Amino acid sequence: MNWLSDEAIARLRLVGAEPDLTGTRYRLIDRIGSGGMGSVYLAEDATLGRRVAVKILDVPDSSGELAARLRREAHILASLEHPGIVPVHDAGTLADGRVFYAMKFVEGERLDRFSGRDGTLPGRLRIFQRICDTVAFAHTRGVLHRDLKPENIMTGPFGEVLVMDWGVAKILRANWNAAPVEMAQDEPREASAGLAVVSSHPALKTAHGAVLGTPGYMAPEQARGDVEHLDERADIYSLGAILQFLSAASARGTQTAPRALTAIARKAMDPDPAARYASASELGQDIARYLDGLPVLAYPENVLQKIARWAARYRLAIVLVLTYLVVRALLIFWFRP
Amino acid sequence: MKEDTSIGGPSGKFPATRWSAVVAARSDDPEERSRALDAIVEAYWKPIYKYLRVRWNKSNEDAKDVTQEFLAQLIEKEYLRDFDPAKARLRTFLRVCVDHFVANQTKAANRLKRGGDVLHVALDFEGAAAEFVRAKSPLTVAASVESFDEYLEKEFVRNLFTLAVADLRAFCEGRSKLQHFQLFERYDLDDSVTSRPSYAELAQEFGIAVTDVTNHLAYVRREFRRIALEKLREMTCSEAEFRREARALLGVEPA
Repeated sequence: MNWLSDEAIARLRLVGAEPDLTGTRYRLIDRIGSGGMGSVYLAEDATLGRRVAVKILDVPDSSGELAARLRREAHILASLEHPGIVPVHDAGTLADGRVFYAMKFVEGERLDRFSGRDGTLPGRLRIFQRICDTVAFAHTRGVLHRDLKPENIMTGPFGEVLVMDWGVAKILRANWNAAPVEMAQDEPREASAGLAVVSSHPALKTAHGAVLGTPGYMAPEQARGDVEHLDERADIYSLGAILQFLSAASARGTQTAPRALTAIARKAMDPDPAARYASASELGQDIARYLDGLPVLAYPENVLQKIARWAARYRLAIVLVLTYLVVRALLIFWFRP
Repeated sequence: MKEDTSIGGPSGKFPATRWSAVVAARSDDPEERSRALDAIVEAYWKPIYKYLRVRWNKSNEDAKDVTQEFLAQLIEKEYLRDFDPAKARLRTFLRVCVDHFVANQTKAANRLKRGGDVLHVALDFEGAAAEFVRAKSPLTVAASVESFDEYLEKEFVRNLFTLAVADLRAFCEGRSKLQHFQLFERYDLDDSVTSRPSYAELAQEFGIAVTDVTNHLAYVRREFRRIALEKLREMTCSEAEFRREARALLGVEPA
C-alpha cells in the first residue's frame, strides 16, 4: 500500500485525533467541542454507567505548559463546589500521554445560542443573576475567571446556568489551596480520584504583558496585559459586556434596551476599574432591584422617571383602583336621584 | 508496503522530540543542515511535483525536471535562510518560491537534470506520477491561489501520513509487532473492501481474541499518532506553530 486515498487520510486524521482511553474507565462516544487548548469528548463512565464530558489536550505538550493549565483548571473546578460550576469527577494522564479531566456532562446550550431564540428580558436577566452569583462565589474563593463571555456560559434544560472554561483563570490569593493530591505524571494510569499539584508550575504565572481573554469582553486593563494588577473588577467588566449582549438580544427589532439596564452595563464596563461595581454580588443586586422595579445604583432618575417606574411597578394596583373609581363614579351617576 | 523513500527505520532513528528541520536547515553546521534539508525535501518533494502538474500544467517529465531543479536550488542557494515563520507557513513560502522559480525559468534548453549531487533523498517520480493519475480529479482544482494552497496542503498531509505509515511499519517490524501493523493496515488503511471489517472478523482472520484486536489497534494507532506528530514537528519552528499545525492536521481546530 503505497498511496493513501482521501478516505484513508480522513480515517487517519480521526485516528490521530481520537484520545486513547484504554486503561481508563471511559469509553469514547463523540467529540462535542474544541477550545483553545483541548477538545471535549462525550464518554461513558463504564464503572458508574453514566455519561461524562472529558476534556483532553489535543496535541503533545513538550513544554508542559498546556498540561499544567489543564490540570490547574481541573484543580480550580474541583475546589469551587457551586451549583453554577460544573463538578469535576476525575483527572489523569492517558496512555498516549495526554492530560485529561472528566466532569459532569451538561446537556444544554451555550448562552450565545440560547440568546438567539425567543426569550423575555426578565428571563435573561434571571440567568444573568445566576452568572453573577457564580462569579461572586469564585471571587470569594480567590479565583478570577478572566474569560467570561456568552460562549462560556451553558444553560441547561432544567434552569441550570453553568460558568464553563476556567482554563485561563487567575488565582488572586497566595493562600488559595484545595488540598490537592499528588498524581504521577510520567506513567499512564487508571484514572482515579487524584488531582495534580499544579499551583507551583511556572506556567501558572501569566507573564506581565501577556493578553489572555476575548476582545469585546475583556477589560481594558486586561487587554493591556496588566496582569499584575488584575482583580475582580476585570470579571465585572466582562459581566457588563454579557449584560449588554443579553439586553441587545432581547431588544432586537423595534425595542431598545431600557435605560436603567444600559446604565448598569455601562457602570460595569467603566474604563476606570474604581468606577465599576465593587463586586459581582453588587452587580447582581442592582439587576434584582431593576427586576423588582426599584431604583438602581447606576441610574439616577428625575421625578418623571421615578413616577413612570413607580407606575410601572404598581401597574396592576393602579388599574384596579382606577377601575374601582370609574365604576363607583358611574354607579353614583346612574343612581343619582 | 513498498516505500518511496528510504527514511524508515527503527524508532532509535527518530529525531529528538523537539528537533526542527526548518530551524536546523539554517544551521551553520553542514551536517546538521544536510540532515534537515533531507527531511524537508522528503516531506515536500511529492507535493511540489503534484503542485507543478496541477498549477503549472507541467507534463510528467517537465514536472520531474522542475522539481529536481527547484530542490537543488533550494539547497544550493539556501532559500530557507529567507524564510520567516512569523510571516508565513513553510508550505506557503515554498509555494511562492516554486511559483517564482517557474516564472523565472528561461525557456532555454539548459534543462539539465540537476540535483544528483545535492539531493540525498531518492525521489520516486514514477510512483508520484502514478499517484497523481490515481488521485480523484486533481485537475479540477479551481484556478485560485486559495485552492492551490489547499491542494498543496492536502498533498503535504497525504505525504506526511504516507511517510508516517512507512515508519510505523518499520517500527512495528523492529519490535516484532508486524501483526499489530497488519491489523491497522486492514482496519484503517485498506480501501479495497467496501465495508470495514468488524473487530470480530479481524480476530477470526488473524486467529486472535477480539480483545487483542482492540489492544493491538490501540497500540498501533498511538504509535502512528506519535510518529506523525514527530514528523510534523520537524516541519515547524516553534511550539506554538507546532500546536497550530497539529490541530489543523488532526482536524481539531477550535470551533
